[in-house]
Amino acid sequence: MAQLIKVKKGLDINLKGKPQEITKNSIPSEYYTVCPDDYTGFVPKVAVKEGDKVLAGTPVFFDKNRPDIKVVAPFSGEIAAVNRGEKRRLLSVVIKADPSNNYEDFGRKDVKSLSPETVKVALAEAGILALIRQRPYDIIASPEDSPRDIFVPGFYSAPLAPDLEYILKGQESDFQAGLDALARITDGDVYLGIRPDAKSAALKNAKGVKIVEFSGPHPAGNAGVQINHIKPVNKGEIVWTVNPQDVIVIGRFFNKGIVDLKRLVSLVGSEVNEDARAYYLMVSGAAIKRLVQGNVTEHIDLRYISGNVLTGTRIPADGFLHAYDNQITVIPEGDETHEFAGWISLGFDKFSVSKTYPAFIIEPLTKKEYTIDARIKGGRRAMIMSNEWDKVFPMDILPEFLIRAIIAFDIDKMENLGIYEVAPEDFALCEFVDTSKMELQAIVRQGLDLLYKEMS
Amino acid sequence: MEFLRKYLDKVKPNFEPGGKLHMFHSVFDGFETFLFVPNKTSKRGVHIHDAIDSKRTMSMVVIALIPCLLFGMYNTGYQHYLAVGQDPGFWMTFWYGLLAVLPIVIVSYVVGLGIEFVVAQIKGHEIQEGFLVSGILIPLIVPIDTPLWMIALATAFSVIFAKEVFGGTGYNIWNVALIARAFLFFAYPSKMSGESIWVRTGTTFGIGEGQVVDSFSGATPLGQIGSSPVSVEVTNTMGDPLSYWDMFLGLIPGSIGETSTLCILLGAIILLVTGVANWRTMLSVFIGGAVTVLMFNAIGTTPAMQVSVMEQLLLGGFAFGAVFMATDPVTSPRTQTGKYVFGFLIGFFAICVRVLNPGYPEGMMLAILFMNSFAPLIDHYVVEANVKRRLKRVAINSKGGNNE
Repeated sequence: MAQLIKVKKGLDINLKGKPQEITKNSIPSEYYTVCPDDYTGFVPKVAVKEGDKVLAGTPVFFDKNRPDIKVVAPFSGEIAAVNRGEKRRLLSVVIKADPSNNYEDFGRKDVKSLSPETVKVALAEAGILALIRQRPYDIIASPEDSPRDIFVPGFYSAPLAPDLEYILKGQESDFQAGLDALARITDGDVYLGIRPDAKSAALKNAKGVKIVEFSGPHPAGNAGVQINHIKPVNKGEIVWTVNPQDVIVIGRFFNKGIVDLKRLVSLVGSEVNEDARAYYLMVSGAAIKRLVQGNVTEHIDLRYISGNVLTGTRIPADGFLHAYDNQITVIPEGDETHEFAGWISLGFDKFSVSKTYPAFIIEPLTKKEYTIDARIKGGRRAMIMSNEWDKVFPMDILPEFLIRAIIAFDIDKMENLGIYEVAPEDFALCEFVDTSKMELQAIVRQGLDLLYKEMS
Repeated sequence: MEFLRKYLDKVKPNFEPGGKLHMFHSVFDGFETFLFVPNKTSKRGVHIHDAIDSKRTMSMVVIALIPCLLFGMYNTGYQHYLAVGQDPGFWMTFWYGLLAVLPIVIVSYVVGLGIEFVVAQIKGHEIQEGFLVSGILIPLIVPIDTPLWMIALATAFSVIFAKEVFGGTGYNIWNVALIARAFLFFAYPSKMSGESIWVRTGTTFGIGEGQVVDSFSGATPLGQIGSSPVSVEVTNTMGDPLSYWDMFLGLIPGSIGETSTLCILLGAIILLVTGVANWRTMLSVFIGGAVTVLMFNAIGTTPAMQVSVMEQLLLGGFAFGAVFMATDPVTSPRTQTGKYVFGFLIGFFAICVRVLNPGYPEGMMLAILFMNSFAPLIDHYVVEANVKRRLKRVAINSKGGNNE
């Protein structure tokens, strides 16, 4: 019997636009984009130039400080552009895709016979290590480290998140191979945090891992929350976290010897036409232009998000699927909305955790799905209300005091209050509910970056 | 509301940088966001936000205070006509009170918001909503016969020195409205205590003329308890004894908005249902007060020690302070555990001041301000406990190693 952890605090935002469980054909993308900003803790140095031919798995840039860490091309083709911004900062590398994907051959390997070092080196070599993140600092993992444990959340809990069990169908052996590879890397354990009602055998009967069950609302599926409940990170310890869909990529790499970044991506959100809300087979970096064309609401400003509404990246209508992301969300931008006297309106169609709106009665009774636009809906203020964040922050950490320590950059306090355990995504719900509309994720990211610099 | 939006859009360029009215941009922005929810969308971080904002939060507190305000107006008229021995009917009574209270509310808001507007303009900030609440609290916690210039001075003092110098809403250490009250109390003690200030016996804008009846005494119930050397039965201004029911309804002399426990209860329900105020603080103030009264009852050597729990909690500003002042999130501890301690000690000190210090018949104001000062300290200990627990975890882990 797996251990069951009941997450009590948190919030499921019932948004309109959930995906149907069907996989639709997606028109292949013409261009693929790789963006160094997706990989935190990474100083990119370009390895290719315009006109170079690349295969899926060919490095396009590597880390200046840790050259072993590479990011590779997701699709074969020709480098169409190396985009740079101010001070020649690398913005993105664009690949004009071949008609079909040709892979660099890394050779099949049986993970069970490999040493931890060889697994890490092989993953680093193929650029897949960049898909693994480490705590503390929430940056990409380094092959020199031996993580204490590795945590794989076994479900997605964010708003409109895809269903991992649906994604796993047909991928079971690659998923298990991925878990096996992770188990080789660490001397500790690989923890797989699943839902108590999980049906997929790949999750329930996963081998070589410790299975822990998590019930409760979002962020129960966040790695940070699961780590905090299973075995918290203390100063000096390093753990790795892997997105379950990337575990499949790792498994595929060992089973087939190729870097195949194919993934099932859900197209969701209130502004996606109902029949287009489904799963699509895409490769990381693929342009979304053809995917969304004709499938979204017309005549209003839209916000396209690679990822979910809480932690995703805002992308233009011709943007691309960022690394780590499993969903494309489309919501109204809302900048054309001028709502009269919001401070007193009854707001029957408004979603709010605060009981000053009737949502707290309506939502549980009617299971109403809400359409929420991208407006901030208030002015930025100093911290006024207390304990709002606590209610959606299910860790043994005092979020407000940690944020204060980060703003003051008091290293001792940050350490004492748990900075090493958190990632910006853990504060996403706090940011959503905050009356004062503070940018908590940005504050945490900045704090982690500064601390990382200070400590290395 | 189309025309309003169009008008705002038309005049908006004047207030933007380079516009001829740019110097008033904070004021314009204040009015615009008051009329319409800002349409600014998120640039980074979460893409969607909860519909709540600080304007709505503060508005809820103001709404919760309205029963107390209306009752305070009626009671002002009621006490007046009781003193002059007339009964002009409900509406006339209310009208007298309205005319008496409204100037105080207006002075408080004009002075306070005026300062807020100027400060926001100087700092280039948006206007913050904190004073919406302070501005209505101040009139409710002063005696009706407080001169308007004193209200203006006290409001200005507290907004500037208790709030703006600390950085504005969210940064103040002490409750702004209580600082205004404390300023009045200590700067003009002769005008702020005694028997003559709680009931307006004169006319208001020429109405309510009459001769004060002989049996009239303007002392508040707490004043009667505090000044009597022997145990007393508290009475109204006519010398008739007060029942618990009278104290609960609140047709008794006192500060404008604090007398009716019923209306405070209504306010408390609004605050608790909307979740704007924290029930932990409220509850523990009452528990702290009740426990302390029982303690003094057990000693029982002075008349003040013999006053019952119900009387102490129903009279004076105890309930009003517990519901509207102690729960101010900025000046109370930020941790849940801290709130229990904070509330309990407010109740404790308020009763201690009432019972032990004959010079101060009411202790609520001082107790809350005193505990406001200690809120960061209480938080410190709660946070330290969390830190210790985390450090212990490290110790266990290093001892136990990885062999779990």
